[in-house]
Amino acid sequence: MELTVESLVFLLFSLITLGGGLLVVTTRNLFHGALFLMLSLFGVAGLFALLTAPFLAGIQVVVYIGAIAILIIFAIMLTPQVTATRPSNNQWIAALVVAVVLFALLASIVTPLMDELGVEGWGASFTETDPPPVPEDSIADLGAAFVDPQRFMLPFEVASILLMAALVGAVMMVRPSREDDEAPAPVEAAEVAEPAPPRADAVEPVLVESQE
Amino acid sequence: MTDFLIDLGLSRGLAVLIAKTLGVFALATIGLVWTIFLIWIERKVAARFQDRVGPNRAGPFGLVQSFADAIKIILKEDIMHRGVDRWVFNIAPLLSVMAVLMLWVVIPWTPTLVGVDLSVGVVYVIAAGAISAIAILMAGWGSNNKFALLGAFRAVAQLISYEVPTVLALLVPVVLAGSMSLQGIVREQHVMYALAAPLTVLIFIIASMAELGRAPFDILEAESELVAGYQVEYSGFKFGLFYVGEFLHAYTVGLTMAVFFLGGWRGPFVDDLPALGAVYLFLKSFIGYFIVLWIRMTVPRVRVDQMLDLGWKFLVPLSLLNLVVVALVWKIYPGTDSIDSFSEAIGPSLVLLVVNILMILGVGAVLREQGRRERERIEAKQRALELGAEPVSDVAPAGAGR
Repeated sequence: MELTVESLVFLLFSLITLGGGLLVVTTRNLFHGALFLMLSLFGVAGLFALLTAPFLAGIQVVVYIGAIAILIIFAIMLTPQVTATRPSNNQWIAALVVAVVLFALLASIVTPLMDELGVEGWGASFTETDPPPVPEDSIADLGAAFVDPQRFMLPFEVASILLMAALVGAVMMVRPSREDDEAPAPVEAAEVAEPAPPRADAVEPVLVESQE
Repeated sequence: MTDFLIDLGLSRGLAVLIAKTLGVFALATIGLVWTIFLIWIERKVAARFQDRVGPNRAGPFGLVQSFADAIKIILKEDIMHRGVDRWVFNIAPLLSVMAVLMLWVVIPWTPTLVGVDLSVGVVYVIAAGAISAIAILMAGWGSNNKFALLGAFRAVAQLISYEVPTVLALLVPVVLAGSMSLQGIVREQHVMYALAAPLTVLIFIIASMAELGRAPFDILEAESELVAGYQVEYSGFKFGLFYVGEFLHAYTVGLTMAVFFLGGWRGPFVDDLPALGAVYLFLKSFIGYFIVLWIRMTVPRVRVDQMLDLGWKFLVPLSLLNLVVVALVWKIYPGTDSIDSFSEAIGPSLVLLVVNILMILGVGAVLREQGRRERERIEAKQRALELGAEPVSDVAPAGAGR
């Protein structure tokens, strides 16, 4: 393989993605695991950018690093005794089997392995021109496809209704019950102080849900 | 630059790499040195607001004062107490500066001079904001200090909350320009978007102030409650990096506001002399920067619940409404997708301005009504307390004074 700048960058981002992923599952410290997950996701964003999909790269950082990974960190921080517990269980054999099977499936589709073994129509049989290169203004195409009734309008609307339902559900779950309504609302607390811990907890899911 | 390196006998790829690397170094260095002046400017402006003179001993007008402070902070001992999460603690300040400097890459300084003209510049700007949240979270956790952690929690809640109105406000220039590239937005800005969509600018300023984490939204480092929030355990140069990040971010808000809403490098004679664009951008950036300082010096700190209420119950619905209205007006008005000159842009911009003024008046009326109702409620409560036999607690006077 010819060693161009592009392939060097590809190697770098692959290393970040795979190394980060490996460290997520091997590190003992849960918080470090979450940070390595961010690193791994950042590597994926870099790969997107390399594939001339800058919009996906940006959204990858905003959604996965900016929202989901932070949600995970919040969950970790709200877990009592987080550094003292050993975050390991005995499922590593099952995890290993799933990972190997998934890798074999992906490899069989991407590489011409199955064609050589004589199985027809299994591999994706990528060539230089198939799939074709990403068009220049792919964002406009993406936007048009989302509001085109012939294409992705229905899935798009269904997804937005799902997110809306999740949002309303989150608000309902943290809504104070009727007895709490009788009590003075937190706004009327005289001292400028911390909100009570349950309230702080209660607000978080709402914030993060709406991000997605 | 690249041509010069190719003439020296380097291959094209290597020449581009070296030129880009040098450009990045130059931009980052300019940004960091510029911060030293920003600190001086901020101290001078703050002093005027508080009827003082500000730094005036070292050098003319105290200009050298910040350099002296910078040298002092570098020479300070780097304290790392026991129990610190070493790597996380050390990377956090770097990330916080990086998140701000990343924004400078896509800023179009002149019609030709821009780090990278990304086709998704706006998404990039938002993504850089996500990284600053991580930096604060890492600092809070790595410090192994409950005040730092509380500060980080508040900070992230605030950053995530106000990211929504920021994104929705930034979508308005995208809708008006029909482009997500920052250079494209400036090029399409025949009429400043601040004039066409003033409500958006208001939302953008409020949300950006919150993302900055400065007064009135500085609850993440509220001195009276949290000592200094997420940066409490930092000393010496690492604290300095957080400090630099904050000041540079404040100025960058002015810079992005100039690009998105004040026409960036646009101005008279820029077509003949492109370098003039950088001067215009520089001058315009100080409008936003001064507004940020102004609000910081004059508005008291909000509480956590007020901060969340303002974000979720006021700014998010308002920015959603604003975006829908702007998009509708722009869609209904004929010929807005092919505007090439000032004369073509002025018509739809005026319509947009009128609609914006109507929206601002409507919002003002709603707010006044809410304020009146709240005031009446508190006054009624106080009257009831005064008539009652015993003053139950000190809740009422404090509440009434608000």
